[in-house]
Amino acid sequence: MSNTSKNFLQSSIGKKLVMGLTGLFLISFLVVHCFLNAFIFFNDGGLMFNVGAMFMAKNPLIRAMEYVLFIGLIWHMVQALILTIENNKARPINYAYHNGSANSKWYSRSMGILGTLLLLFLIVHLAHFWVKSRFTGLPGEDANGNENLYAVMQQVFAIWWVVVIYVTGCISLAYHLLHGFPSAFQTMGWNHPKYNPLILKVGTAFSIIVPLIFALMPIAMFAGWVK
Amino acid sequence: MSKLESKIPEGNVEQKWSKYKSSVALVNPANKRSLEIIVVGSGLAGSSAAASLAEMGYKVKVFCFQDSPRRAHSIAAQGGINAAKNYQNDGDSTYRLFYDTIKGGDYRAREANVHRLAEVSANIIDQCVAQGVPLAREYGGMLSNRSFGGTQVQRTFYAAGQTGQQLLLGAYSALERQVGLGAVEMYSRHEMLEVVTIDGVARGIIARDLISGKLERHFGHAVLLCTGGYGNVFYLSTNAMGSNVTAAWKAHKKGAFFGNPCYTQIHPTCIPVSGDHQSKLTLMSESLRNDGRIWVPKKAGDTRKANEIPEEERDYYLERRYPAFGNLVPRDVASRAAKERCDAGFGVGASKMAVYLDYKAAIDRYGKTQAKKLGIDNPTAEQLRVFGKQVVEEKYGNLFEMYEQITGENPYEVPMRIYPAVHYTMGGLWVDYNLMTTVPGMYALGEANFSDHGANRLGASALMQGLADGYFVIPYTIGAYLANEIRTKAIPTDHEAFVKAEKEVQDQINKFFAIKGTKSVDHFHKRLGKIMWDKCGMARNEKGLIEAIAEIRALRDEFWKDVRVTGTADEFNPELEKAGRVADFLELGELMCMDALNRKESCGGHFREEYQTEEGEANRDDANFAYVAAWQSTGNGSWELHKEELKFEAIKIAARSYK
Amino acid sequence: MSSGNMKITLKVWRQRNAKTNGQLATYQLNDISPDMSFLEMFDVLNEQLIVKGEDPVAFDHDCREGICGACSMFINGRPHGPKNKVTTCQLHMRSFKDGDTIVVEPWRAAAFPVIKDLTVDRSAFDRIIAKGGYISVNTGNAQDANSLPIPKVDADKAFEAAACIGCGACVATCKNSSAMLFVSAKISQLALLPQGQVERVARAKNMVAQMDAEGFGNCTNTGACEVECPKGISLENIARMNREFYVANLKD
Repeated sequence: MSNTSKNFLQSSIGKKLVMGLTGLFLISFLVVHCFLNAFIFFNDGGLMFNVGAMFMAKNPLIRAMEYVLFIGLIWHMVQALILTIENNKARPINYAYHNGSANSKWYSRSMGILGTLLLLFLIVHLAHFWVKSRFTGLPGEDANGNENLYAVMQQVFAIWWVVVIYVTGCISLAYHLLHGFPSAFQTMGWNHPKYNPLILKVGTAFSIIVPLIFALMPIAMFAGWVK
Repeated sequence: MSKLESKIPEGNVEQKWSKYKSSVALVNPANKRSLEIIVVGSGLAGSSAAASLAEMGYKVKVFCFQDSPRRAHSIAAQGGINAAKNYQNDGDSTYRLFYDTIKGGDYRAREANVHRLAEVSANIIDQCVAQGVPLAREYGGMLSNRSFGGTQVQRTFYAAGQTGQQLLLGAYSALERQVGLGAVEMYSRHEMLEVVTIDGVARGIIARDLISGKLERHFGHAVLLCTGGYGNVFYLSTNAMGSNVTAAWKAHKKGAFFGNPCYTQIHPTCIPVSGDHQSKLTLMSESLRNDGRIWVPKKAGDTRKANEIPEEERDYYLERRYPAFGNLVPRDVASRAAKERCDAGFGVGASKMAVYLDYKAAIDRYGKTQAKKLGIDNPTAEQLRVFGKQVVEEKYGNLFEMYEQITGENPYEVPMRIYPAVHYTMGGLWVDYNLMTTVPGMYALGEANFSDHGANRLGASALMQGLADGYFVIPYTIGAYLANEIRTKAIPTDHEAFVKAEKEVQDQINKFFAIKGTKSVDHFHKRLGKIMWDKCGMARNEKGLIEAIAEIRALRDEFWKDVRVTGTADEFNPELEKAGRVADFLELGELMCMDALNRKESCGGHFREEYQTEEGEANRDDANFAYVAAWQSTGNGSWELHKEELKFEAIKIAARSYK
Repeated sequence: MSSGNMKITLKVWRQRNAKTNGQLATYQLNDISPDMSFLEMFDVLNEQLIVKGEDPVAFDHDCREGICGACSMFINGRPHGPKNKVTTCQLHMRSFKDGDTIVVEPWRAAAFPVIKDLTVDRSAFDRIIAKGGYISVNTGNAQDANSLPIPKVDADKAFEAAACIGCGACVATCKNSSAMLFVSAKISQLALLPQGQVERVARAKNMVAQMDAEGFGNCTNTGACEVECPKGISLENIARMNREFYVANLKD
């Protein structure tokens, strides 16, 4: 690594850019993930969904991207951890009284906590699906002869407290995005009075719609809306 | 030492400076590296001088008592800076700026210095713009100008109401650049407390590190005092809380003559005092007089609200008395006129010590032009008000906000209440053409010297003078002295003169703590301020001045018996800092009164009630008082007066009229 | 005319010097006038302390008209107190109610160590400026000021950025003690002007490097600084600084 790029990545603005870009990359993953999972709403016993899942599992490009995704995710997390430690060090003695709500949103100030919640959720989520799909194996095939990931979903989302965990995870995601989405643009230097409202509107819409669709999956299965 | 040598170059006033520049002694670059210059104060004069001298190659140390050089009080100047650029094509020229400044100063300034100031004024604007100072511009990208008091051309450059801030930040950035390059050593939170002289020549200073309390000795081949004015002797003034006379006063006691100490500028447009708790007065920029109209009710003791007083019952007294200049008469004239009205019982507001500054006419006028611009033929009254308000807001928004913040009143709806307040001191250390005081090697720049404004300073001229001295005068004139200093090796600071000076400072500090009195430093400062304001303020008379001198002496005795300075010497101790400053003000106040007593005439900011015309205008006595009063401290609280005769060769001395 | 009748309870951070620990001390004040500025209320407190022979509260202040940037109190959880776009010295007691309790602390940041009580050391800001917050033009080098027309829009934007008074409220309020609003204001001012182009790349890199070296935290775009800035410096400047920094790193 050249000296310039090393310096860049160690600078406050470089680290911030890493957060923004990895964040946007993870957002792009959310789009794909959300789109494919929404196949369950065809309500066809998971046939379409399993087609999608099979495609994702077998396509070599996707498999390669999985590594990239994990690198992006881990980079995002590690960078966040480093930043948090540094930021705590930048104020060794805290205020007795700090009225943060007077000048900023609680979720903007709580990205670390929201991110930690998301991480915990992610561990649960990976254990439920990814570990089974990739390592321990799935319980048989569906009517089309595809691996039946859908069946696992039905199994998992039959338990009420799992549904609660997933919904909580989606709420955390929503707030994390509500700050993260426009923040990534600010970090990239995209702040212009003419376009700021647009970024904010798209960001807010995205932060609500995507987590809502995700949250509806466990709810719909638990409630028996999709079978 | 009794003869004052002003060292004004020979020749026509137009040629003095250019001839001087081409003949003054130079110091070669190698020698500059071993010459050390101490700059005290980091305002416009100090920062610009320090940066320029460091750029030339001198070794420079800068001292300021604030936590950063950027906080020097030049930052608070609002309105603008004059320069004879004639960008507006309205007939301005170097000569006119020179003439306006001499006339504005009521013919009590030195012609040669003022002409030089006018000559370099244009360079200042160039320099500042090159530094990235964002001065106001027109839509075509060219610089914008406005008018200020005492002139009939538009030559004032500005950056909204924050001109001083922007110019200072420009000079500060130039200074910090030199700090970054290692050419300037910066000593923030350091206060100069004594000058070190060896054989009558300035060789350094004693400074106190305000955080640790340690006294430090610093050597310099030359010492530049850029320490501002002494308006805080009045306690209430538009100066910053920390502005003080200490550096200049210590220099004075070490041999530097003090020039025209009684010349004080009372600024006409300040927010009136609201109560005993008041710690400072806030200026409303003179630029407001461009568009605002000043009035009082025609009926004495009128208790109606401003908006209830009909047009025909308002007395626009400046427009009435001075039709040619109207609301834009010079500051001293405007201030006295306000005082005259209030003293006669026409004042407004709760204290009756205020006049109105009204923007209604301006809002109407701007509303109409704006409506025309927008192509609205029959605008409603409400539309006119909204448009007018928008224009006024763009021009003066921050000032209006400030007013509302302090008074709780909305100046877009009701006229502002204003009253004069102490703002600037034209007097200061006497300097020759080179800006050197009567102590060889010691210079005074900017407001700290007496040289350019005579008995009254015109608006937007302080910034001009501070930067002229720092950027364009001292870099040349200091060569005349330092060229002879190239053989002087740095004097080690264990020299007995340093030891002795440090001991004097230490003794005074010990003395403060030993008093263990009952009253705070502020208590004495407030009482001194009241004496000064009542008896040596906007109007002075013999009886009052004699009383004031006696009262100040008594107060000084009481101070040295009963002041309480808390804390210790070896810590951050603002009370100790204030004590030292007030102790010096208590001596300066007496000299100001003596000077005012001596000057048996009225001129500019100095108004002796005994010397006025039948119309109440200042009555100058050119036959007997066309001189600079330079006071020499002879020890034990006594002074000897020296006179520098003022010769007017380029301008015919005349009565000042703004009618 | 004179004093008023508000009663105020003050909880003020007292700390002898940088080496000792501090704590909040409680003071009762009566007869406070709503026309007093916040600092004039502190004058009243200090006067009382001095007469009692106690150590007055040390706080930075100078111009008392909102422009020098010296005053720096963290009042009831906010820098410069409850009103937006004012400095502590411009805050008046009419913004509080009779009987209020007011907590006053110093700016808190590792890069702004406490000197005494409410006074902190902000020299880090000067060191950042010394690394590039200027245009290198020696005295006497300048061309005629009008030979370089600058579009009013750019001049105005540069002015808005230049309005920064270097008080440090942005750092104080930021949950990360980040100085990006301050640094970006200067970088923006000079990047917007034609005069600033020559040193643009070096300026962005050097000033950011010094900011990082001073121990300020990292910006997480909460936007608190923009709200609390007494001069209304916009977050747009931070975005511009980011761009300047990226371009600078791509170029050099």
